[in-house]
Amino acid sequence: MMNADNSPRQPYTTYNDWYASQDKARLIAKSKEAENIFRKTGITFAVYGHADSSEKLIPFDLIPRIISGREWRKLAQGIEQRVIALNAFLDDIYHKQEIIKAGRIPRELVERNEAFLPQMIGFRPPGGVYTHIVGTDIVRTGEDQFYVLEDNARTPSGVSYMLENRETMMQMFPELFHQNRVRPVENYPYLLRHSLASLAPPGCQGKPRVAVLTPGIYNSAYYEHAFLADMMGVELVEGSDLRVIDGRVKMRTTRGYEAIDVLYRRVDDDYLDPLTFKPESALGIPGIMDVYRAGNITIANAPGTGICDDKAIYSYMPEIVEFYTGRKALLENVPTWRCSEPDSLKYVLENLSDLVVKEVHGSGGYGMLVGPTASKKEHAVFAEKLKARPANYIAQPTLSLSTVPILVNKGIAPRHVDLRPYVLVSDKVQIIPGGLTRVALKAGSLVVNSSQGGGTKDTWVLED
Amino acid sequence: MLGRTANGLYWMFRYIERAENSARLIDAGLRMSLTRSQASEDDWDGVLQSSGVRDIYDDLYEKLSSADAIDFLLRDRANPSSVMSCIDAGRNNARMVRTALTRETWEATNECWLDLKAMLARRVKAADLPEAIDAIKRKTGLIRGAFHGTMLRNEIFNFSRIGTFIERADNTARILDVKYYVLLPAVSQVGSSIDNVQWESILRSVSAHRSYGWVYEAEYKPSHIADFLILNGRMPRSLAYCYEKIVSNLGYLAREYGESHAAHATAEETLTSLRNHSIKDVMDQGLHEYIENFISHNNRLGQEISDGYRFY
Repeated sequence: MMNADNSPRQPYTTYNDWYASQDKARLIAKSKEAENIFRKTGITFAVYGHADSSEKLIPFDLIPRIISGREWRKLAQGIEQRVIALNAFLDDIYHKQEIIKAGRIPRELVERNEAFLPQMIGFRPPGGVYTHIVGTDIVRTGEDQFYVLEDNARTPSGVSYMLENRETMMQMFPELFHQNRVRPVENYPYLLRHSLASLAPPGCQGKPRVAVLTPGIYNSAYYEHAFLADMMGVELVEGSDLRVIDGRVKMRTTRGYEAIDVLYRRVDDDYLDPLTFKPESALGIPGIMDVYRAGNITIANAPGTGICDDKAIYSYMPEIVEFYTGRKALLENVPTWRCSEPDSLKYVLENLSDLVVKEVHGSGGYGMLVGPTASKKEHAVFAEKLKARPANYIAQPTLSLSTVPILVNKGIAPRHVDLRPYVLVSDKVQIIPGGLTRVALKAGSLVVNSSQGGGTKDTWVLED
Repeated sequence: MLGRTANGLYWMFRYIERAENSARLIDAGLRMSLTRSQASEDDWDGVLQSSGVRDIYDDLYEKLSSADAIDFLLRDRANPSSVMSCIDAGRNNARMVRTALTRETWEATNECWLDLKAMLARRVKAADLPEAIDAIKRKTGLIRGAFHGTMLRNEIFNFSRIGTFIERADNTARILDVKYYVLLPAVSQVGSSIDNVQWESILRSVSAHRSYGWVYEAEYKPSHIADFLILNGRMPRSLAYCYEKIVSNLGYLAREYGESHAAHATAEETLTSLRNHSIKDVMDQGLHEYIENFISHNNRLGQEISDGYRFY
């Protein structure tokens, strides 16, 4: 938030004046009020493994994270380039595999990847779009310096927090939105519905019927599934509502079975179709993959996109971007050591205390080692894991992430943050000006995941 | 609308209705034990039976005590009809049908769950029971108010209302089923204080001890009480009133969908019988048989609605 000389950075100047004029006790009270709003509304998530507290609140910090219009434009260009490359990459690996033939990425990394689906080979989804919704995780390390942490091309979550955080801020501090020209995010559900409908399968007649597929009320992101269905005005369905009849996916309504054209699924690939993937899955729809391959339903995101979330694939993103766009990547990748490579493994083992080690298929901050803050014992345990299954891990240096202020009892204090802007892909790429800012609430911590005690903030992109 | 959504709405409102009913039964039980010169644990036997959970209670407890019975009815999750179990289940159904509810209805349901969960986290002290029962009635009343004040009168509304009244009819019928013998003319010793207590307890179980006085000029008589709970179309917990509502809500659905199901005929048949009989007919036929017959018809109706509208 601050420049080196301790003056507020340009996008924060107006906010800073407002903050200086505020009674701090009132802000703390407002903070409690916000928490009550979230609890009452039921904006909760489930933490797996916590039997007792099945529903938790994500702490909300009421100081917004502010990004200047100029910085945002630069960021948006980089994200757009990356999302276009991701879709081209997916189309390529399921068709001609030119990137493999060109020797830019190892064949086994793609074809032996758990997330690579042979069922998708030779099939092109409607409109050629694989990742309809992307949530790119980004960190800022300094003025105009951004790194991409993860691409989240499978099923990015958290967009409901972006919307509810903004709603809450506008309710509590309307005056701030008069003083600052904050670009709107509220039309996201509208854009999402139109983006999805525009990619209905070619055989769809009339208005495309869209539905959101959820694993059900016990899923950690159920609130978001219900929220998005509600805001888009479409049905929220579970696997048990759906059945393949006459080559179409249909939902059981009080008047009989009705066809669905576009399914925004928040169920993982593995559970989507028990006839094709995990046979024991009760969450999916038997036979949906046949309907899909016959071109009678659009599944968003397409099955098999999860390979882009693999952290070993991630390490090749600079090559991937350059290969498909013909230009150098605008956004930087965090330097990544692939532990499958003996030299890298050696380096990683020797420098564990400076590195962050992650599982290639991991997510949510589970199963990772943050070297600088971990104990000696944790280092030793992790070193054994690394030696046992080196290909399962990658390692990255800890970046000196920029901090933003959060409200604490004594006033404000700096904390590390990341940023997840949301991107919609149809015949165009739309990046919502804002996103989800996740904040590590513990001083010095770099882990922002909500499952690990992180919080969120409203994210402002200013018009300028 | 999804069949599963209709099912979720139907059960959400059945459970909320049942929670309120359980609270009311506890209230009546408490009142009875206060009024008696000799407090009797047997009073709770009737309450547990009306709630249909006497067997589960016996599996869990060695003997009947009022403190255990109250706790069991209020907060035991092993009892599917306890207030807390019902609020849990009602709120889970509400989460499932979240997109069908107005924000107000959802928030009232969620708040009811949050507050009662906190209030019933521990055994409620005897001195705090009246306040606890009041709070349950108030919180569930807020759900009803938000629902009536904000929901569109569409199919969502109809399925919710049908759930409410199938449950309410079942609750009232069960109270009569357990207590029918105190309403039989042969057994009752007119004017005896024991009967008065029993009769008042029945009326309290359906929150009708005051309104009864207005309608029947404060004359306690078994046939009047039976008439009030079974046939009186103005009494919001009577079987006749419940069926007026069920039939009209099913009628809206039939008109909107352009088709009717077995459920429509069953509901209308029951309503016709409630409209065309006098309480003397009912007593002559045998109160107990009449009620048992009603309960089984009511259950069948629930099944037919579930089949007709593809709940599963």
